Amino acid sequence: MATKQQTEQTLPTLDVKLKPFQLRSDKNPDWCPGCGDFGIVNAIQQAVSELQLQPWKVEFFAGIGCSGKSAQYLQAYGIHTLHGRVLPYALGAKIANPNNVVIATGGDGDGYGIGAGHFLHAGRRNVDITYIVFNNEVYGLTKGQASPTLEVGMQPKSLALPHISQAINPLALAIASGYTFVARSYAFDAKHLKQTIMDAINHRGVSLVDVHQPCPTYNDLHPKEYYTETVNSGQSELPRLQYLEETGYNGFVEDASDLEAYQAKKIAAIAEAYRLTDRVVLGTYWKVDLPTYADRLETNIPLLREYAPMDVPFHDDNMIANTDLSSACEEFVV
Amino acid sequence: MSRITETSWMIGGPQGSGVDSSATLFARAMAVAGFWVYGKREYHSNIKGKHSYFQIRASHDVVRSHIDPIHMLATFEDSTAVIHAHEILPEGALIYDPGLTKPEVLEMDASVKLFPLDYEGIIRELAEEEGKPAAKLAIVKNTISVAASLALYGVGVDVLEEALKGLFHGKKSKLVGINLKAGIKAYEAIKAIAHAQDFKYQMQEQPNKPEAESRLLMNGAAACGIGKLKAGMRFQTYYSITPAVDECIYLEQHSEYGIVVYQAEDEIASINMANGAAVTGARVATATSGPGFCLKAEGIGWAGMNEVPTVIFNYMRGGPSTGLPTRSEQGDLLFAVNIGHGDFPKIVLSPGDMEECFEDGFNCFNFAERYQTPVIVLVDKALANSTQSIKKFADQGLRVDRGKRVTKVDSYDPADPSTGLPKFPRFQITEDGISPRPIPGTPGGIHFLTGDEHTEYGFITEEPAVRMQMMEKRARKLLVAANEIPEHLQFKVYGPENADLTIIGWGSTKGAVLDALERFAEQGKSVNYLHIRLMSPFPVDAITRILNNAKQRLIIESNFTNQLAKLIRQETGIDIEHKAVKYTGRPFSQCEILEAVKEVQEKQSRKVVLINGH
Repeated sequence: MATKQQTEQTLPTLDVKLKPFQLRSDKNPDWCPGCGDFGIVNAIQQAVSELQLQPWKVEFFAGIGCSGKSAQYLQAYGIHTLHGRVLPYALGAKIANPNNVVIATGGDGDGYGIGAGHFLHAGRRNVDITYIVFNNEVYGLTKGQASPTLEVGMQPKSLALPHISQAINPLALAIASGYTFVARSYAFDAKHLKQTIMDAINHRGVSLVDVHQPCPTYNDLHPKEYYTETVNSGQSELPRLQYLEETGYNGFVEDASDLEAYQAKKIAAIAEAYRLTDRVVLGTYWKVDLPTYADRLETNIPLLREYAPMDVPFHDDNMIANTDLSSACEEFVV
Repeated sequence: MSRITETSWMIGGPQGSGVDSSATLFARAMAVAGFWVYGKREYHSNIKGKHSYFQIRASHDVVRSHIDPIHMLATFEDSTAVIHAHEILPEGALIYDPGLTKPEVLEMDASVKLFPLDYEGIIRELAEEEGKPAAKLAIVKNTISVAASLALYGVGVDVLEEALKGLFHGKKSKLVGINLKAGIKAYEAIKAIAHAQDFKYQMQEQPNKPEAESRLLMNGAAACGIGKLKAGMRFQTYYSITPAVDECIYLEQHSEYGIVVYQAEDEIASINMANGAAVTGARVATATSGPGFCLKAEGIGWAGMNEVPTVIFNYMRGGPSTGLPTRSEQGDLLFAVNIGHGDFPKIVLSPGDMEECFEDGFNCFNFAERYQTPVIVLVDKALANSTQSIKKFADQGLRVDRGKRVTKVDSYDPADPSTGLPKFPRFQITEDGISPRPIPGTPGGIHFLTGDEHTEYGFITEEPAVRMQMMEKRARKLLVAANEIPEHLQFKVYGPENADLTIIGWGSTKGAVLDALERFAEQGKSVNYLHIRLMSPFPVDAITRILNNAKQRLIIESNFTNQLAKLIRQETGIDIEHKAVKYTGRPFSQCEILEAVKEVQEKQSRKVVLINGH
């Protein structure tokens, strides 16, 4: 494990600030009116604008489903991948070339369902990417089947019968799997979502932003109004949305080398992710600075301190391959 | 007495008992003695206990395959002699531990010479001299078997010392001394047996000794890995699977090249990570074997659709399903050329020997980047796990071709991006079907990729006209590849022109056939060999011409349904009249090629099924 620990993120930035509309591609989204996807893609465009990222250094990967199309709408290198496989694509890209900023998106079915294995293992690696999950509890593009985040007993109008499988808790799962930044936001809380995405991109390591969003066509249980209506606390009416900082909870690990404090904080973060409430709690549940996959690679493979894997020189100016094979062949020489 | 110029030697034992290291030491010793060496490794899908064996052929001339009978069987436990003694030639030798093996109960030729070797005694003696517990020295058993074999062959003890130094270098060099001492004792023990002097199959000294350190004792898996390193591959993904894992382990041991070998959580992750890295502009490959190759189908289709240069090495083992995990088969050919749903171009190569492994390991990246499409390399386990002495690879002057990879867009000045962020026509319709490919990070190169059908900028479309243009564009690349890939990388004919019989084959079968061609030449038989390496795009015209001109045709392959014969028929309309197959999971021996040809020439057999090997 790397001994030196860099915690500051260095991002490729512009001297000028592009307006969010300049970061829209000229392809128009074909989502249903009122879809939460609009809010999320807007927030991503705003975050990229605010951080002044060089758009050509941004690789924006997406899975399959309604959310998958988001890769077509940001004016950056947009890569629409396979169902459930967005994380392997994003990880492969970031490891090969750590100089680009890698953002991955996908739906709850894509990431927590068919891609669940990759979701879990991405935590173990701590590759420096940002993963934004569009969570609406249904598989929209195939007409509203239950996703892994739909609670047991629920029956959105698209289901013939009530749902009889339990939901997963993506935040707790991410914390347990080793993600080093875990947050929840909401598609139409533009300010919070933009800031959370910026924080996630600024975090050095693997970040999960689970974004609640309405599906106006198939999920009638949690429409936009659900998020704006108030909740009766017994004494007073409170807004549905609550921010973590209002609760006094703080999920930031100050010193990861203090293992006892680190473990205690991790357990507290998982407990917070499971806290029973009628409100939708937004905020950063967990953040810790640990060596990234690239840091650990550099320890094992010193040459990678100097070069990205894809940039290790292997030919001369005349395109003649010039890797010296003598150490590769040494054990075979007779 | 007369000595021989070529021999077949075998060692066996339970897995984990050092059979591999014994065989490697023996092969190295014979190579040090100046012989040319070929070794075949057979093992179970098991960590410890099941029977494995290694067969080594050593010769004055180049050898590329094994023969079935053996001159000498070296054993250090009780099971190997029971299984293999019947394969020993008349007047061959059996080396055995008299405390464990009773020769009188073995099924073998009565003339086989017996060489009991007191392993325990030698180890006890050594332990006393060294002041170490005998149990700690049990591992020198392997060296004892090898030294005894060398002594019988009449190969000097100096060769053993040299071979031990080659095997145990660096941190392990302290092991040379103790092994050499054990070896010398085994030498003496064998020399003390009176009939050792009369052993019929002693090796004649090599008159044309190749220069020391001019050769490599190589296996196919490492040869592929070395080709990839030369090609600049610095990222490989895999999921643990036999036999593909051998190449991955080898590469990971060479971190001095800056190579990342990534063990993914599963096969699907490993193909899609490779796709992601290839999109980013890396030279990247993933390695797998049958079951994993099946799981990669969707990812390979994505690479085809998005014109991404991903390289996939499929080490072929016996199928279907888990099949024969550690045995060899050429059973994935038709699957490889058809992998993925829908139509997209793929390049499929299949090397036939160590040199071709190196060449294809290098060239596959040139092809992938030039034609912007996935390249699949099929390597049979028999080749991956075989050992062969070869001349050092011709690795100078090899040209890297990165195709239409773009790292700078001249028309775009990023000084003030607020004046606009152009998009790039990544899938521009071109005459050759190949479009400029900016890699992410390139200002002015912004474009989109999607597995959906797309426009030239990569935006999703379902327009019939665009769909047609894009299908046609992608398909054109394969036609261009068929014309451009040099002929010697597509196929080669070995042996006399206008032969009476033309053998057709691919992959590791090449070694056994080339060795058989030398016998045919000695026997005055006119036989040649068409070796096919490029399976997609298939060299239709040339193969049609060669097959039409052949007088009689015999196709030989390691699978049940004659997959290459089917592919040839599909591509050329030619039905090859004689077929020989083997589907035991064991590779062809030279003897079996001779047998198949005999069956065809003498009995006009349409289909010959070969079965040799345990």
